[in-house]
Amino acid sequence: MSIPATAEGVPVVPESVRGGDARAWARRLGRIRESKPALIGVGIIVFWVAAAALAPAIAPYPPNANDMAALAHPTPSAAHWLGTDHLGRDILSRVLWGARTVLTVAPLAVLGAAILGSLLGLTAGYYRGVIDLVIVRACDIVLSFPVIILYMIILAHFGSSALNIIGVLTLTKAPIIARIVRGLTIELREREYVAAAKMRGESPLYIMLVEILPNARGPLIVDMCLRTGYNVVIIGALGFLGIGLPPPDPDWGGMVKDTYGMMSVWPHMALFPCAAISSLVIGFNLLAVGLREIGLRD
Amino acid sequence: MALTVARFVLKHLAFLLLTLVVVSFLVFTLSEFSPGDVARKILGAYATQEQVEILTKQMGLDRPVLVRYVEFLGKIASGDLGNSTRFKVPVKDIIWTRLANTAFLAALAFACIVPLSMLLGIVAGMRESSALDRAILIFSTVVASVPEFALGVFLASVFVVALGWLPGTATLVAGGGWSVASQLVLPVAVIVLFDAGYVVSMIRASMIEVMQRPYIRTAVLKGMSFRRVVVRHALRNAMINPITVILLQINYLISGVVVVETVFAYPGFGRMMLEAALFKDIALVEVGALVAVGVAVMTQILGDLAYMLLDPRIRA
Repeated sequence: MSIPATAEGVPVVPESVRGGDARAWARRLGRIRESKPALIGVGIIVFWVAAAALAPAIAPYPPNANDMAALAHPTPSAAHWLGTDHLGRDILSRVLWGARTVLTVAPLAVLGAAILGSLLGLTAGYYRGVIDLVIVRACDIVLSFPVIILYMIILAHFGSSALNIIGVLTLTKAPIIARIVRGLTIELREREYVAAAKMRGESPLYIMLVEILPNARGPLIVDMCLRTGYNVVIIGALGFLGIGLPPPDPDWGGMVKDTYGMMSVWPHMALFPCAAISSLVIGFNLLAVGLREIGLRD
Repeated sequence: MALTVARFVLKHLAFLLLTLVVVSFLVFTLSEFSPGDVARKILGAYATQEQVEILTKQMGLDRPVLVRYVEFLGKIASGDLGNSTRFKVPVKDIIWTRLANTAFLAALAFACIVPLSMLLGIVAGMRESSALDRAILIFSTVVASVPEFALGVFLASVFVVALGWLPGTATLVAGGGWSVASQLVLPVAVIVLFDAGYVVSMIRASMIEVMQRPYIRTAVLKGMSFRRVVVRHALRNAMINPITVILLQINYLISGVVVVETVFAYPGFGRMMLEAALFKDIALVEVGALVAVGVAVMTQILGDLAYMLLDPRIRA
């Protein structure tokens, strides 16, 4: 591979060493078209993001409005396309508004975990020694905990809010990201450009954030994609267990919890939110499978 | 060899101990952080502040957290696990039966997950990108994506509501014309589908990697049948990584089981923990958390041990 030159004729570092610049990433994103799973995944995610963004405009009813007339006949009809739930609330509107909550909380939690995990992983991998040992052990301890039990204890104690859910998801997912970043950092810190930065007298923080982190982003992006999917599952499960986002605002897991006892009479009440959450997670996981395929072909 | 294994086990048991101490301290301080709350809960909302303070003093809850924590550890070590306020019985009377119920469910699921995912993973991985491989990859991605509670709802709507073949709850008490065995079908099916998806993809990835090794090419080039190459050469090497994954899976299994137990009203450990946490049954939550972590770490140690014994290169 020839080294491309900038306008001044100064050679820039080749992509293979720098881990790809913006252009390389744009090209890689363009290649999503080559992977069918990734394409389907993107399609599903775009659909739900649009649904979430447009919910106030396209939802036929306010999400918490009760239609008492519908209580007698809650099944899907012309007035309520997906029917109404046990309180006469329009399920289509609640599913659309529910997309808003889950698509805010899940990515924010992933972002939090990515920031905390990257910082921990960079510090551990860059300094090694005692700091490394402490961080690795602390991560192992968090990872050895069956997380759902941790959520139950924390959320039952502090009460459940969107912020608390983002908090516990950040804390429990950060160690996984820290492990990945640490492994990459140990490898990358031996590279020439890190030595060069040290020679220039850059601070360790600069080296970690500017020289090492950008080169670790490939595996990180695939993992964040998977992680978002898992977070959607966990948020749904928490809602289903009754320790999720507080009612009455629509949350897919909570909608299932409220209505699955009536499955034998009104199965549609639980089935539609289940279908919504399943399709969204499938979207994220297909995208992750596709991204990995594209990455493998490089 | 025996010495290496002994050292390995000792080192990991030390880590288990450290983990248990840290976790128990966190859970203890978390649940007993505000001592007044405990007395308030026992006395109810109508007790005066004075009464609450007297009980707090009587129970010794006004002493520093660290002192009470050490006392708590001493009690646990001597076998006194305290009383459950939610179930109105000593913790030791409920926790082991519930744990046994969950272990039973998990064992049944595990007995299905391992052979099923090995078969699918190996068949998919031995010819990467074949039509069969693509089909298995998509199938495993999709089933591993559907949350357990949704999977439970989907299966129940078909087999319970539409067909009426199976009962919708698994209370482990035969009734309503349903045997205990028929009650177990749906919970086990949900766990198997959800977890097998992940294990299949791990075994597939490992198999693909092994199939690209030079010794496989040599075996093929010397005229060995494909079937023999897979069974004799690839299988053993491809199984080393997944064994660890399968044992780590027990940690996910515990998480998934909580949800599945709630869906099907199964009297297991997970549902007990949920009820205890919602009811703020501190004694049960504390002991339950320790048991859960103990089980999780023990299986991790087993996984590492199996890895070491299977791969002679790691022993050295």
